[in-house]
Amino acid sequence: MMNLSRKAAVVGVYEHPTRFAPDKTVYQIMAESLKGALDDAGLTIKDVDGVAAAGIGGGMGMIGLCDYLNLTPNFVDGTNVGGCSFLVHTMHAAAAIAAGLCEVAVVLYGSQISSARFAIGTGGGGGGGDAPEQFDGPFGVTTVGSYAMVAQRHMHEYGTTSEQLAEVAVTMRLHASMNPAAKYRDLITVEDVLASRVISSPLHLLDCCIISDGGGALVITSAERARDLKKKPVYILGAAETVRHGGAGHRDYLENAAAQTGKLAFERAGVKHADIDMGMIYDSFTITVISQLENLGFCKRGEGGAFVSGGRIRFDGAFPINTDGGGLSSNHPGMRGIFLVIEATKQLRDECGPRQVKDCKLAIAHGTGGALGTRHAGATLILGNQ
Amino acid sequence: MPDEKPKKYSKPLPHLDEEIRPWWEALKRHELYIQKCRDCGFTRYYPRALCTNCLSSKTEWVRCSGRGSIYTFTVTNQNQAPGFRESLPYVMAYVDLDEGLKMLTNIVDCPPDQVKIGMPVEVVYDDVTPEVTLAKFRPAR
Repeated sequence: MMNLSRKAAVVGVYEHPTRFAPDKTVYQIMAESLKGALDDAGLTIKDVDGVAAAGIGGGMGMIGLCDYLNLTPNFVDGTNVGGCSFLVHTMHAAAAIAAGLCEVAVVLYGSQISSARFAIGTGGGGGGGDAPEQFDGPFGVTTVGSYAMVAQRHMHEYGTTSEQLAEVAVTMRLHASMNPAAKYRDLITVEDVLASRVISSPLHLLDCCIISDGGGALVITSAERARDLKKKPVYILGAAETVRHGGAGHRDYLENAAAQTGKLAFERAGVKHADIDMGMIYDSFTITVISQLENLGFCKRGEGGAFVSGGRIRFDGAFPINTDGGGLSSNHPGMRGIFLVIEATKQLRDECGPRQVKDCKLAIAHGTGGALGTRHAGATLILGNQ
Repeated sequence: MPDEKPKKYSKPLPHLDEEIRPWWEALKRHELYIQKCRDCGFTRYYPRALCTNCLSSKTEWVRCSGRGSIYTFTVTNQNQAPGFRESLPYVMAYVDLDEGLKMLTNIVDCPPDQVKIGMPVEVVYDDVTPEVTLAKFRPAR
């Protein structure tokens, strides 16, 4: 089997600064992000021969996007598996580049979910056409409720506390305070999290990600071409994707996609947990971080609450996580996987200013899409600057 | 009671697909079934035509005792979807059926602050429309 490690690199990134953009279309946000990422790489739209995106239009959204951008690429990926889609796109783009299907692939995201006043976590309640939705929609499943059931079980089995969950939110806010683009930058305390209203027990309002507009773009090319571009290449060392669901009724809900993708990504990258300098760990909710860290193998099952406490996950701690402020404080336009790759890349290029992780050589990005307590996809990327 | 039905039922309704019509019809008779593969013995919920373990379509319908225990739950205080926003708070839960499968459902006839993981529960049939009955659970009596 072909090893993808170091065959491709992220050479351009751009996080759209907007958090509220009722005056733009999602296509415009994507095009502005594309320009930003190509400028960052020192490339132009004429170099682009691969396009990936999620969350635009209906089932044939990729055709409309290519029409809008006037692109006729050799590689198209419209995989939509929720928030982690962009990590999946990065892996697919690396594979396509390694296989010679294209040379410069871009991954695009744009969303106006905030200005459209769409309730991401507490809306819905089923009614969709997917087979499993017939068996959970009628009971009022919400996104936050699905994660809340994981948190409740975690507390029951391991004695994890609301204070430990709150540590995640407090740390993300600290990081956001050092990110000028973050939506919420005022520091909060564990007490503030516990005093916020309970949305779906045991999760409080401040255990939940914020809702913003936003967008971003990545430029990915071959390791060979990357060496001649403007910025220091960030190599894709290991990548993996999978799905978890009800398992026909046999599921253990404290095990998630990260257990499979983490193991595969580490094997494929040929590195160890102790080698990793920082993590971008999808923080749709505080429990998401704790459960993913356990499943990725950074601590044992049940130890996630203690792991995130005591400053370990601060930008200056032993294992910094989500230095941009995460979905809990910086931005969450519905699917924030692209920002995991963008911030990890900036950290590996030493571009993060006051929140820069010292001597950052290896980073892990893990995303979840869908809902941890019902069904979700997961994807892991291990990125390095050498 | 939190689970009292609004005058007009506005929560999402399942599609009553032909694929598993016998399952929905059994619920209407207030009977709950899981499926078991006649070839490999693998049990499954939710119901579907083919075994997910061996893709056999030979299916035995196994009548459930209707008993189980709460695997996990959440008290939902916020849901903006029609039907649910009028019935807050409500309890969503996975019940571990005595037959060994987990089922997403609602816990009813119990104050939300009394619901606990491990609590023994029994099925109650909620005839939400003339066509659709949902299997919900209450503390075992």
